[in-house]
Amino acid sequence: MTQVLDKPLDLKKAPPTPARRTAHRRALLEWIAVHSLGIAAALFFTLPFVFVLLTSLMSDSQALSRDLVPHTWEWGNYAKVFDTPGFLTWWRNTLLYAGLGTVLTVVSSIPVAYALAKFRFRGRKFALMLVISMMMLPPQVVVIPMYLFWARQLDLSGTLWPLIIPMAFGDAFSVFLLRQFLTTIPDEYVDAARVDGCGELRTLLRVVLPMARPGVAAVALFQFFYAWNDYFGPQIYASENPGAWTLSYGLESFKGAHHTDWNLTMAATVLVMAPVILVFFFAQKAFVEGVTLTGVKG
Amino acid sequence: MSTLTLRAKRRRSTLRTLAFLSPWLIGFSVFFAYPLLSTVYFSFMRYDGFKPPVWVGTKNWAYVFEHYPLFWPALRNTLWLVVVMVALRVAFGLGVGLLITRIKTATGVFRTLFYLPYLAPPVAATMAFAFLLNPGTGPVNSILERAGLPAPGWFNDPTWSKPALTLLALWGIGDLMVIFMAALLDVPREQYEAAELDGTSPWQRFRYVTLPNISPIVMFAVVTGVIQTMQYYTQPLIAGKVASGVIQGAGTQFEPGYPDKSTLTLPQLVYNLGFQRFDYGSACVVALVLFALSMAFTALLMRRRGGLIQAGDR
Repeated sequence: MTQVLDKPLDLKKAPPTPARRTAHRRALLEWIAVHSLGIAAALFFTLPFVFVLLTSLMSDSQALSRDLVPHTWEWGNYAKVFDTPGFLTWWRNTLLYAGLGTVLTVVSSIPVAYALAKFRFRGRKFALMLVISMMMLPPQVVVIPMYLFWARQLDLSGTLWPLIIPMAFGDAFSVFLLRQFLTTIPDEYVDAARVDGCGELRTLLRVVLPMARPGVAAVALFQFFYAWNDYFGPQIYASENPGAWTLSYGLESFKGAHHTDWNLTMAATVLVMAPVILVFFFAQKAFVEGVTLTGVKG
Repeated sequence: MSTLTLRAKRRRSTLRTLAFLSPWLIGFSVFFAYPLLSTVYFSFMRYDGFKPPVWVGTKNWAYVFEHYPLFWPALRNTLWLVVVMVALRVAFGLGVGLLITRIKTATGVFRTLFYLPYLAPPVAATMAFAFLLNPGTGPVNSILERAGLPAPGWFNDPTWSKPALTLLALWGIGDLMVIFMAALLDVPREQYEAAELDGTSPWQRFRYVTLPNISPIVMFAVVTGVIQTMQYYTQPLIAGKVASGVIQGAGTQFEPGYPDKSTLTLPQLVYNLGFQRFDYGSACVVALVLFALSMAFTALLMRRRGGLIQAGDR
């Protein structure tokens, strides 16, 4: 059925026998139906963005009305958001949490994933099952002892360190995703390097990693987005100290402080969404590949 | 080769494996095994974080199951979300996946537009929907009213708050769309061609060719959907907070689940018990219920043939 749709125009050249004409008409109708549905779906997916953007440019009074399009375009709303006390601090904290956290996660997860993918040892399958279990565990399950540990024993509540430090010890999701990627690299490359007298560390750094670059990119992106989006972590550890808030956490309090100013809240919302979407446009391929790898490939 | 060198070699290889695994071994012990055991221990203790913990047997368990007013509503909401939200997400994801494999003009543009909402940070996306769906001045209700349709209260109405969350979840369908798209493109073309020669209808081809081929992916989507529902936290919490208009700040108490407990989920109870009521013991009971449910579905995922860990383990 799809092959008919590949080139609907080619059918125009065919001699106009009645049978061909019906086939042509059916293909054309199907093409129209599919693309109308596509446009309807595209509206469903994009209109929320459009309305948020339009509202972020309205004046205070208009944001309270039922108008959909701004009468005057208030670009100053964005300046007002940046002038909000704390907003730049939230940016800095988010970049620290997401940036440093991503670097630590990638560095600590690579050797673990490599061992799980390419070493033969007893208990390998069991270790992998534990990784998957950790990956599926909601953070709330262990939060009480963890909070007591970070806040009482190490006195680190009111900072983001309780969220960043654990990333130096291999994140389960990243280990799993990388391991999935590394198993797609043929063992022959690894064996050849070993035969050539390469130690395991050098094999990993010189032979495997250059081939695993897309996998590493996907893991880094996922981890960056995870930290950027995290609400529960900052809520537990940073809520008492506004100086340690992140964008995702601060955004909600922004709404609290401006509860009637939808225009400013929506401008802040745009500013939290925009970086993620920009990063996506630069790294689309790695990202989509990562999503596919999580469950399907192999 | 002598046995001695063989044994030395084996020991070296074990040490090497341990060295490569060491970051995770530490992470596993300190951030998983120890706190998990600790959670079990605290679930039998009365502990508020200040006075030393006191052994109370199964009192916390009895409290959570029999007297804690938020537990059963949260479990009922989770069930609702599993039955309605997960099912609709899988059906819609498959539908959008089918649609995108049929679109032959500007496919890349459509795919990106369909995928983008999945990337919107949950807090920002929920705030956006709280605005879009707000009953007073929201664009959705003004459009509905102009069209002469009834305008529901969405996040402010207990019967509409979960459907509103479902709408938000359907908006962010990008992950499932990509997974289904890959699966649909993997279905062998010859099977479609053979079915077409037999004069089957498009519905029959979907039912007897497409579905059997992608059923493992459908299962995967359902089970991971259920696991994600167990963890559902940020969206219902933010939706409730924004809709109730509670101003967040130091010392402010927010009764989760607005409106009328309709957006409560289990993870919110851990926060409510542990960090608002300082009843760490009961919070650990809910945490263990959450643990048991998540692990049950994870086991289902791992037992499935050709499941999550298939690659490399042939």
